[in-house]
Amino acid sequence: MTSDEIFTKVRDTLIDALGVDDDEVTLESRLEADLGAESIDFLDIVFRLEKNFSIKIPRGELFPEDLASSDAGLVKDGLVTAEGLAALRTKVPHIDIDTFAKNPKVENIKDMFTVQMLVKFVQNKLA
Amino acid sequence: MRWFWIDRFTELQSGQYAKAIKNVTLAEEHLHDHFPGFPVMPGSLMLEGMAQTGGILLGEKNNFEHIVILAKVPNVTYHGFVVPGDTLTYTAKLMNDSAEGGSVEVTAHVGERLVAEAEIIFSHIDQSGDFKHLDQKNFVFSIGGLLSVMEVGKAGA
Repeated sequence: MTSDEIFTKVRDTLIDALGVDDDEVTLESRLEADLGAESIDFLDIVFRLEKNFSIKIPRGELFPEDLASSDAGLVKDGLVTAEGLAALRTKVPHIDIDTFAKNPKVENIKDMFTVQMLVKFVQNKLA
Repeated sequence: MRWFWIDRFTELQSGQYAKAIKNVTLAEEHLHDHFPGFPVMPGSLMLEGMAQTGGILLGEKNNFEHIVILAKVPNVTYHGFVVPGDTLTYTAKLMNDSAEGGSVEVTAHVGERLVAEAEIIFSHIDQSGDFKHLDQKNFVFSIGGLLSVMEVGKAGA
């Protein structure tokens, strides 16, 4: 499946899950800030991606689990530490950690949840 | 009044599907206001009945170890009126089931007539951030009553 085909399917997934219009969904769109996704929508997106691409997505594989509550050392004073960034690179390689690392406030990780991220995740998954 | 919008489970295939019925009666007070002279089962309460059927189907799959709450209704469509004397049959199919929640597709029929259909997503609230401290089992079952509804085809018999 080409990345264009994956994008089209991801876009359709987001239209169904979030009730957005097709022209609102670009590769750069952020799921929360631009497309209005709320917490439960992430579970909805996971279910729909699983169905539409016939894949299984274990918990925490697409969207990282809450970093602050996980093992100590990954977050300090609201910032993801160097160890935390390294862990993210391994655990969620589809997320643009280089951009995130420029201002690694924990809450900023949500801005990395983009359509591009979903496409990359599916690409890795199907590879 | 207890917030029960199903009267009896009639079929349950664990982890797959469940059927429950709701008998609509003119003794339900809200029907006299909804609407005066034209009593109709409110669509919102049909949705609640569909969610209870689907929520119990999901809860049962995990031995009621999670607190299952209605989180999202991506789609619901109503096709016709339901009036006193009708028996609603809710049929829920389990579509997804994960640690964080699950989803169902539910139809509502009166006889052969399809009156509503919905897709419903549930969250296991005990698995999500702020509520992890909750250790109670699914509270619906702690107040009694509904467990006997679960005894398929036997409740009230």
